[in-house]
Amino acid sequence: MIDKLDQVFVLLTQWVVGFLPAFLQPVAVVVIAVAAILVTFPGLFAICVLLERKGLGRMQNRIGPNRVGPFGLLQPVADGLKSLTKEDLVPLSADAAVHFLAPVFLVVVVFMGYAVLPVGRNMTLVNMDAGLLFYFAMGASTELSVFMAGWSSRNKYSLLGAMRAVAQMISYEVPLLMSSVAVVMITGSLSLNAIVDAQNVYTWGLPHWYIFTPWGFAGFVMFATAATAETNRSPFDLPEGESELVAGYFTEYSGFKFAEFFLGEYVGMLSISGLGATLFLGGWSAPLQVLGFVPSWIWFFGKVMLSMCVFIWLRGTLPRLRQDQLMNFAWKFVLPFTMLNLFVAAAWRFMGDGWLRWVVCSAVLVIAYVVMGRVGMRRKHFGPRSYRYAE
Amino acid sequence: MNFAFYLISGLAVAGALAAVLLKNTVHCALALTVAFAGIAMLFLQLGAQFAGFAQILVYIGAVAILVVFAILLTRGSETPRDGVYSKFPLTGLAIAAAVFAVLGWAVLNSASALPGAETTSAAPTVTVMDIGNALMSRYVLPLEIVALLLTAALIGAVIVAMHEKEEAN
Repeated sequence: MIDKLDQVFVLLTQWVVGFLPAFLQPVAVVVIAVAAILVTFPGLFAICVLLERKGLGRMQNRIGPNRVGPFGLLQPVADGLKSLTKEDLVPLSADAAVHFLAPVFLVVVVFMGYAVLPVGRNMTLVNMDAGLLFYFAMGASTELSVFMAGWSSRNKYSLLGAMRAVAQMISYEVPLLMSSVAVVMITGSLSLNAIVDAQNVYTWGLPHWYIFTPWGFAGFVMFATAATAETNRSPFDLPEGESELVAGYFTEYSGFKFAEFFLGEYVGMLSISGLGATLFLGGWSAPLQVLGFVPSWIWFFGKVMLSMCVFIWLRGTLPRLRQDQLMNFAWKFVLPFTMLNLFVAAAWRFMGDGWLRWVVCSAVLVIAYVVMGRVGMRRKHFGPRSYRYAE
Repeated sequence: MNFAFYLISGLAVAGALAAVLLKNTVHCALALTVAFAGIAMLFLQLGAQFAGFAQILVYIGAVAILVVFAILLTRGSETPRDGVYSKFPLTGLAIAAAVFAVLGWAVLNSASALPGAETTSAAPTVTVMDIGNALMSRYVLPLEIVALLLTAALIGAVIVAMHEKEEAN
């Protein structure tokens, strides 16, 4: 019974496919899985938007949406209908083809990332040998869509927003990759299924998640920071800083194309949360061995929604950074720290079992964190800002 | 050589042609990314996952972005009034032919240079781990040289781009 519940979606797919002739079955399995992804994550997107509007309302001492349906629960439906029926404006001077392609490209690329995410036991669409690389290849392609949107609008705010976004995404992609490389070094595989399997081991009923190791904890913090910047979320939401740039690169988008950007942003957040959970939080494995009877997909989606709540919490708490702070933080703090973390992960791998590696690895990371923070603060001279431009 | 191959290569060739023939420079850059994507898909169709994904990650995620950045930051994306076509088509043709000849010569000679060239009938299965082991053992010297060159180029670019700060107070 417990196994049945764990594999309920897999069994359901097999049952449906069983009605089809044999030569159609492999195709049908893929089509059903893709359809499931295309239904589940936009559904979660609607829940997240409601959660965000309600949660931010609470944090800012107001009520939030409460007019559509009981407690405003039908608000996402109303939002969707509104964006479908709104007029689709394209500026006269805009580059119509690129303007149209940008949101489509974004949504396509963002959904591609789900192809390799293991959302449950035996629930990966494609188990690739180089799955992590595939995910990052798709993530890197979103930058192009942001640029296309900003450039084709022929609007200075759009272009400035796109330039900011691309610069920020390139800068934070490096620490994002480097913090994941530590996981790959320890696991010895780029396959996300292998990474989950390596963490799905228990000692005294406690899991071997990578976040519970010194290098894993440091890596997870760096990964979360870089992921927040990569998805253009507050406090790194300069590309769409409303007080400066109207809405950044999607200023000139309205109606359903705007909704596509919105969908792309949230689905991207869900997907990078899923990747973070897979890399550091054990993917679909249970947090305690005694809880192993709960279906694996519940744990995966629970972890994803938990990190979405953290995203919302951060947005309600932290003020927006300045452009130079953003860049300094990426290149002078996060990047050196992820590099150090690679060495620590290598030391962890080669020091063998025992308590010594815990002490050494933790000490190196804590000392580096304190020293880098102190030195960085001492060099800071408060006063008028000075800029240096590349020519 | 099946239907997928013709579809993908058609896409790559169309992208490359558009990159050369379009008037607007940014459109050319975007068409070039289509060609890059086509080449990545060809790699994937041949079963070379690592090469294909690295192609997407490096060429679409970084090189294409740098190209459009360079276009926007330097000359502006508007089409120059006197057309985009070169005034010296014969020189360009000669250079293109020379590059093509060198590449073709290298490709044609590569089969005999590989160990075990006689048994090329079965496609080799290369995992990412094999590539990593090869890079870290047999090809470690070229790897290190490339890394050193790239670092030097990076530092050099920063120094060239950043003008000297005046000795202010």
